[in-house]
Amino acid sequence: MKQKLYDIAHSRAGDKGNTLTLSLIPYDEKDYERLCQVATTERVKAHLNEIVLGEITRYELPNIASLLFVCEQALAGGVTTSFSMDPHGKTLSYALLEMEI
Amino acid sequence: MKQVVRIGCGAGFSGDRLEPAAILVEGGKLDYLVLECLAERTIALAQKRMAADPTKGYDPLLERRMELLLPLLKKHSVRVLTNMGAANPLAAADKVVEIAQRLHLSIKVAVVTGDDVLATITGFEKAMETVKPLSQSGLIISANAYLGADAILPALQSGADIIITGRVADPSLVVAPLVHEFGWSLEDADIIGKATVVGHLMECAGQITGGYFADPLKKPVDGMANLGHPFVDVYRDGRAVISKVEGTGGVINLATAKEQLLYEVTNPYEYITPDVVADFTTITLQQVAANSVAVEGGSGKQKPATLKVSVGYKAGFIGEGEISYAGQQALGRVKLAGAILQQRLQGLFQDLRIDFIGCSSVHPASLGQSCQPYEIRLRVAGKSLSADGAALIGEEVEALYTNGPAGGGGVRKYITDVVGVLSILIDRTKVNCTTIIKEA
Repeated sequence: MKQKLYDIAHSRAGDKGNTLTLSLIPYDEKDYERLCQVATTERVKAHLNEIVLGEITRYELPNIASLLFVCEQALAGGVTTSFSMDPHGKTLSYALLEMEI
Repeated sequence: MKQVVRIGCGAGFSGDRLEPAAILVEGGKLDYLVLECLAERTIALAQKRMAADPTKGYDPLLERRMELLLPLLKKHSVRVLTNMGAANPLAAADKVVEIAQRLHLSIKVAVVTGDDVLATITGFEKAMETVKPLSQSGLIISANAYLGADAILPALQSGADIIITGRVADPSLVVAPLVHEFGWSLEDADIIGKATVVGHLMECAGQITGGYFADPLKKPVDGMANLGHPFVDVYRDGRAVISKVEGTGGVINLATAKEQLLYEVTNPYEYITPDVVADFTTITLQQVAANSVAVEGGSGKQKPATLKVSVGYKAGFIGEGEISYAGQQALGRVKLAGAILQQRLQGLFQDLRIDFIGCSSVHPASLGQSCQPYEIRLRVAGKSLSADGAALIGEEVEALYTNGPAGGGGVRKYITDVVGVLSILIDRTKVNCTTIIKEA
C-alpha cells in the first residue's frame, strides 16, 4: 500500500484573509529530513492545485523539526465573504496529509 | 518583585466553553487570567448590535462568563485581561460593574479605549487585500486598530481587577502583564519577542491542550470531554513553561505545542504585532514533565511604525439550502437534484456553489477516491445583494420535495447577512488610547 503524509506527519490549518497556512510536523523528528525531501513546494502545489490558486511558500523550521506551507489565494476570496462550507479551510490540513509519498 | 508570573488562558474565541476558565481560576494558582474572545470579524458584528442598542456591542457571552468567574476571581485574587469589550468596551464595563453589585462584590474595572478609528476613515484608503479604495467594497460599518501592550499598561498600573479592551493583538493580552510585572522595556525587542511567542502559544486556549488536535488513530487524547485550558509560568528572562490544571482532560506535549506555534503564522521569521516583529525560528521546545512544555529562545526586531486596522463592511447576503438523499443511487439522485437547481437558478446568481456533503463539500472531489457513500446531503449556496434574493436558493431547495428526485428529505434553509473584513495600515501616532476606570 502506498504511504501518505498522514502516516508519518500531522498538520494544523490556519487562515489569514485569503491565505491558508498548513504546518507539517513529523511524529518522529528523525523523519524531518525525509519530509523536506518529499514535501517539496512543487509537489504540494500539484497536490493542492484545486484548492490553492496562488503561490505556495515553504518555510523550514529545523529548530522544531517542522515545515510550514503558506498558501495564497486558497480560501475562496477570504474567510469573511466566502460561501464555501468551510470558509476558514480548517479541514484542509487533512487534504495535505492525503498526499502520497 | 515577582520572579515568575503565572497566566492562564480560559477562552480562545468568542464562543469558547465557560467551565475551563473557572477550573483555571479555582485550581491554577493564577496571577492573571486572559480571555481572548475576538476573531477577525467579531467586532464588525458587534458594531451592528451596538447600532441597534447602544448598551450592547460587547461579547454576547460576557454576562455568563463574568457571573461565573467574578466570585472566583475575587476569592483567589486573580486579575483578568479580556478583549470581550468588542465594539463597546465601556458598555461591557458597565455590565461587569452591574453584575458585581448584584453579587455584592467590590471590584475595579479598567477600560482601554482608542481602537475604534471609524471616525477617521474616509473610504479612500486602499485595502491591503484588494488594492482598491475601501468604499468600493461596500458600506463601511467598523474600523478598529489592533492595539498593543503599551495601550494596556496604564490599565494594569491602575490596579484594576478586570481589564476590558476592544481590539488588541491577541498576544498583547499576555505580553502586557509580563511587562507590567517584570518592568521590561517595551523597546527591548528580544524580550518582547519572547513574550509574544508565549502569547501566541497561549491565545487559542484549548488548541495547545489537545483541542483541534485529537485524532483517535494517530493522535489519541484522553479526557477530551473535560479538556483543560492552559496556564504558563513565565520567568524574568522570558523562559516559559506551559501546563494545565491537574485532573483536567487533554494533553500538552511537543506535538500540540508545535501545531499551535505555527498556527496562522504567515512568516515565521517576521510575526508582526503592534509590540514587536517576532522571530519564531530560534525557539526551542522541550517536554519537561507530563503535560508540561518549556519554551526557550525567540527574539524580535523593533515594532512597526504602523498599526493594522480591520475594516468591516456590508458584503450582501448568502443564501443556502440543504437536502439529503440515502440508499440506492443516492449519488445519482443528489447529482440530478444539483443539476435541476443549477438550471432553475441559472442567471440569478453570479456563482452558484453546489456541494455534495459526504463526498465533495470541504475537499475537492479529486481527493476522495470513488466516493459512493450510503447517504449524501446536497448543499447549494450563492450570494445576493438583498436578503430576498438570497432566499431564492432555500426556496428552490425546499421545492425539491415535490419537484425533484425521489426520496429527498431534511431540508434546511439559511440566509446570512455577510460582514466582510478588509485591512489597512495607519500611523500609530494617529491612534489615541485612554484608560477609564469604573468601580463597584
